[in-house]
Amino acid sequence: MKVKLLAEAYDPWQEVTEYQQSLHSLKGKFGATAVFVGTMRDFNEGDDVNGMFLEHYPGMTEKELAKIADEALLQWPVLDYLIVHRVGEIYPNDSIVLTAVWTSHRGDAFDANRYIMEGLKSRAPFWKKELLKSGQQRWVEKNTDGYLPADST
Amino acid sequence: MSIKVRYFASLKEQLGREADELDAHTVSLVSDVWRAANPEVAMPDNVLAAIDMEYVALDTEVKDNVEVAFFPPVTGG
Repeated sequence: MKVKLLAEAYDPWQEVTEYQQSLHSLKGKFGATAVFVGTMRDFNEGDDVNGMFLEHYPGMTEKELAKIADEALLQWPVLDYLIVHRVGEIYPNDSIVLTAVWTSHRGDAFDANRYIMEGLKSRAPFWKKELLKSGQQRWVEKNTDGYLPADST
Repeated sequence: MSIKVRYFASLKEQLGREADELDAHTVSLVSDVWRAANPEVAMPDNVLAAIDMEYVALDTEVKDNVEVAFFPPVTGG
């Protein structure tokens, strides 16, 4: 069970591989791993985005992420989880967030991972400030519901 | 009563500072902390608050020697 905040770019697939390899006592026990990776786009709300600054609340951010994961543990038979999130300066194509859940069966893995990711989006104290191609800077005001809006192409 | 008040993200920029040390005697609720620290600024409607790094409602009672944080809606992930 691990929560990690990183100030440098990272490879999410390497994080999952290394973490899974470290789970010696779970070898042969897990049948499902659900992994979600969130990556920075180079566009948002119709504007070109060159970069982003991710602010957080040191201490509370880690605590809230662990709390969200603990809630998932109470609802699904989760064997282990890994949550990684970037802070600081981020650029398009960088991985922002990784959530991975190991369980015996797929339904629990998908559901618990979704719960953790939605909890992170709505409760974990992170704030994004976008640096637009135009030179303008703007704070992202709120997170969306996670689906492409029906009126966009 | 000694309270540390912290601000984050756009709220920090808007207020022009990241923290206050309050020595207030008229504070009982989280919303009073805002009023004591920012008498000239109305509290934003969508503000979120925490006491000692736990989310709280704005009408939560505040005890001595705690850290109260105010911040805008979160946008991580």
